[in-house]
Amino acid sequence: MENFDVIVVGGGPAGLSAALSAAKAGMKTVVIERGDYPGTKNVMGGVLYTKATEAVVPDFWQSAPLERPVIEQRYGFLSGDETILAGYRDPVWAQAPYNAHTVLRVKFDRWLAQQAEKAGVMIITETVVEDLLYKGDNVVGVRTGRAEGDLGAKVVILAEGVNAFIAKKAGLAPQMRPDTVAVAVKEIIQLPQEKLEDRFCLEPGQGATIELFGDSTQGMMGTAFIYTNKDSLSIGVGALLEPLIRTKWTPNDLLEALKAKPYVKRLIQGGETKEYLAHLIPEGGYNAMPKLHRQGVLVVGDTAMLVNGLNREGSNLAMTSGKMAGEVAAQCIQSGDLSDQGMSLYEQRMRDSFVVKDLYKFRRLGRFFETHPHFLKVYPEIAANAMHLYFTADETSKKERQKQIMKMVFEKRAKGGLVSDVFGAWRAILK
Amino acid sequence: MHFVVCLKQVPDTSEVRIDPNTNTLMREGVPSIINPYDAHALEEAIRLRDKMGGKVTIVSMGPPQAKEALRKAMSFGADRAILLTDRGFAGSDSLATAYILTVAIQKIHAEEPIDIVFTGKEAIDGDTAQTGPGIAQRLGFPQLTYGIRVREIDNTSVTVERKTEGGREVAKALLPALITVEKEMNELRYATLPDMMKAAVYEPEMWDAKSLPYDTAEMGLKGSPTSVSRIFPPPGRSGGERIDATTDPKGAVANLVEKVFQENIIMVHPAVKGGRA
Amino acid sequence: MSVVVDKTKCIGCGACVVECPVEALDLVDGTATVDPAKCKETGSCVTVCPANALSLEAKAAAPAAKKADAGAAKEFNAKEPLPKAVQDYAKTNAAKSAPVAGGDVWSGVWIIVEYNHGRIAPVSWELLGEGRKLADVIGCELCAVITGYQVDHVIREAFAYGAEKVYVIDDPVLENFRTEPYAEAITGLVRKYQPEIILMGATAIGRDVFPAVATRLRTGLTADCTVLGIDPETKLLQQTRPAFGGNIMATILCRSRRPQMSTVRPRVMAMPARVEGRSGEIVREQQSMTEDEIRTKVLEFIPGDAKSIFLDKAEIIVAVGLGIASQKNLPLVEELADSLGATLACTRGVVEAGWMSHDHQVGQTGVTVRPKVYIAIGISGAIQHLVGMETSDYIIAVNNDPEAGIFRVANYGILGDLFQVVPLLTAEFKKRLQHGVAN
Repeated sequence: MENFDVIVVGGGPAGLSAALSAAKAGMKTVVIERGDYPGTKNVMGGVLYTKATEAVVPDFWQSAPLERPVIEQRYGFLSGDETILAGYRDPVWAQAPYNAHTVLRVKFDRWLAQQAEKAGVMIITETVVEDLLYKGDNVVGVRTGRAEGDLGAKVVILAEGVNAFIAKKAGLAPQMRPDTVAVAVKEIIQLPQEKLEDRFCLEPGQGATIELFGDSTQGMMGTAFIYTNKDSLSIGVGALLEPLIRTKWTPNDLLEALKAKPYVKRLIQGGETKEYLAHLIPEGGYNAMPKLHRQGVLVVGDTAMLVNGLNREGSNLAMTSGKMAGEVAAQCIQSGDLSDQGMSLYEQRMRDSFVVKDLYKFRRLGRFFETHPHFLKVYPEIAANAMHLYFTADETSKKERQKQIMKMVFEKRAKGGLVSDVFGAWRAILK
Repeated sequence: MHFVVCLKQVPDTSEVRIDPNTNTLMREGVPSIINPYDAHALEEAIRLRDKMGGKVTIVSMGPPQAKEALRKAMSFGADRAILLTDRGFAGSDSLATAYILTVAIQKIHAEEPIDIVFTGKEAIDGDTAQTGPGIAQRLGFPQLTYGIRVREIDNTSVTVERKTEGGREVAKALLPALITVEKEMNELRYATLPDMMKAAVYEPEMWDAKSLPYDTAEMGLKGSPTSVSRIFPPPGRSGGERIDATTDPKGAVANLVEKVFQENIIMVHPAVKGGRA
Repeated sequence: MSVVVDKTKCIGCGACVVECPVEALDLVDGTATVDPAKCKETGSCVTVCPANALSLEAKAAAPAAKKADAGAAKEFNAKEPLPKAVQDYAKTNAAKSAPVAGGDVWSGVWIIVEYNHGRIAPVSWELLGEGRKLADVIGCELCAVITGYQVDHVIREAFAYGAEKVYVIDDPVLENFRTEPYAEAITGLVRKYQPEIILMGATAIGRDVFPAVATRLRTGLTADCTVLGIDPETKLLQQTRPAFGGNIMATILCRSRRPQMSTVRPRVMAMPARVEGRSGEIVREQQSMTEDEIRTKVLEFIPGDAKSIFLDKAEIIVAVGLGIASQKNLPLVEELADSLGATLACTRGVVEAGWMSHDHQVGQTGVTVRPKVYIAIGISGAIQHLVGMETSDYIIAVNNDPEAGIFRVANYGILGDLFQVVPLLTAEFKKRLQHGVAN
């Protein structure tokens, strides 16, 4: 049996980041990936944040297969056929060090795997890890599905993604419940570069993102998104499993309804759907986070529920957690303390980082939207009506219009409810 | 014994589609795989090596990215892999490709005499089935195409069951020989973890046009007599005529069969003497 | 300004690289790349590009122009003249290609007649029919080539099916097909008599010996053609064949060397009429190879019927789905298959039910087939099945569900009860085929 310092289970951004940082710290490291190659079946919306990526691969933008730097983020509320938009554009984001890029994961993960290989990581593909190997209570390696398939390790890092089979066995993954897991579907729609840049008012090569709330998910807890790639758009929608089951909407129908919205229809018109992808997103947040370590084992990325749904952040949390896990693994191996206590350094560092701090900050959000469904349904409608009344040019005086608007608002949402909504939102988002 | 396997990295044609609007191939995101027939050729070479002793050398022509396919091939347990890669090789048709591979195989042969060259029966992206026989002719080896079973092998000859017109035949060839392989020849193995690990760090040897005595007039675009003059989508279905056979099955069937013969979809061949019987 | 390459369209064939008079184009990583410093915008590359990936227009104007081209390409006509650039190229290169000693004119259309184990492959006669058309366009002889042992009756048949001249090598070493003596025999004849075009059926034998012949002659060969056309001026054979798993059709030219060689798929060309009593010139040559020079021996021939033919090479397939309801109903479709000499296949459902073995399964996890005729019995048409058979030339489907997906790809969809329809089909085919065999 071959022995390694670190075995990483799963070749996504979290696992590859973990392997990279472990290898850089001099650890003999192997990544075991079940797909044909890293990235085969990996899915995300498609925004990659510079900060977290740079920490793993400095100056990554010089060689990584990136689609477009994001220079504009738009947010929209859909209500029926109406759309309210807000956005922010900063051309500074078009230059290094950038803020975020759109990426296609199949290409990006492959590239990240190459960086890991350059750092000395061995990558074994098409191989399934079936279980951890124990000696007494101590984890000493993994068993794979291949002949002569046992591998020894001092530390095993679990980066299996949302379907965390091994972590579950080891008691380190939370139970996925319909209210803590979202289903997201996405299509990649091909459009000529010039057309795409015209539609989004972009300089050649620059990119934009749009997040859509409200009717984009038929009022369910979730969001829809449109991201610009080089010569395609990623368009998708995600919602929690629980309301999907309750309302009998399928994610596919959500996406079709979204594509039919007047605002969206124009953006994707004439495009050819090239790929259709679906994925589960662990949305449990802080409250659903499992224990992140035990003797000889660390848990990273989606497996650890490290997703910030509101800010559409997942890959950066994954990479940051992976990097820390790789470093801590190396540190523990060097100090010889692989106990649960020793490995808890990882959780400590995570709690001190933005990753867990952000998750903590938004810990009430999921619950809040559950108890205040009007935020996703009634308020977009109210706002859209108000905008309609205000912007439609007719003979009504401005004062009269404001009166009409206020009347409409209170008809749709009683005063008392309004106050409690505002307070609740402040607690859930800002506090 | 020394077995050489010619292997090609190909796009997975089951995932290639033509864009009906622009009339072009949609190759984006189409995964590259080892040509499935070549994988069976490799499997057979490895089995024979395990039985007879010796060595399996893989040789492939392709872009530098084909290294991935060679690494994967190594995980089945081959001993050596060589990638022939050069910009001058680009655009080669099957005649030029066979030339390029042959020169390399001759060099391998000079280092360690070869007993059998294995190739897949054809590559799924071209379906030409020409490269294998082309190599055999240039090497001067006898060829046994469409092999489905290696029945016997010794130091001087190999006996192969092969598919031919109208049935199968058992043919014996003196070594060295070239065999092209059907999928039926064997079941692919599931590589062991130690072999996977060996392959993961294996660096295939890279040979370019300068490392061998190539005649540049014989390779690449210059050495390729054939070229594509145009591509277009396959003819669409003729509209899909529906024939209702729920009320008058007999009439409906007679009507259909009449059309089938009228349009030469099915043709009648006279069963003449010496003809197909 | 220089030529613009649309990398999404480029198929990396290299036609433009050959064409460019100033060597401004090159293939890099499988796609054409322009060196703007060298490009003189002659436009010759644009004309030859089969994928319309090159353009001279400014980038912005390009999409519209391309669209028009794409539309034109759809209405492909094998008979239409070649682009001028190609014609010129062929002319200049025809002059350059040095014919071997013994003659200086490559002339004549040759059909290699496949005769083995006492059986003539019918495709040989189909090719005599097709060869007649080609020979007429360019005004040359149509000849048959027969290599084998005791072939006198084959010579008669060749004349009956339209050959004007027959080249014969009759020798015991040619009794069973073997690559070495056959390649030697055909190559020798070609070197001596220099035909413009030689054709053979894309059978297991044709696909074995023709690559060997083409390699010896150092000329081009296009395998598995389904359409042939010819340019009367340049005599360039337009060889059209499916590529990329049948997802695309490609027309291939052999511009610089002679002869032009193709193997042609059986059963795509019409069978010509047989006229008893026709005759013509017979040219006999000697086989130069002796038995002890041949390194291959055929030890045994195991004849197989249609059922044992490999699915992926079958020309007629009768496939059955779960609509057949039970294993005991299989004889119904077997009889239909027998009446046509067809190969039997099935869906994954039938394999999983244990009614047929996996080597009969067509579809994503089975075999991909491309027969001339695919008859689907009681198959609903799940996408996993369709991807394995949708490139068949003709699809006939029998199903009782008007919404069945199989009807979307079928040329003829019979809506009805298969237990009624299939026996009727069998009877009708038997009646039609009582004096011959199908395809």
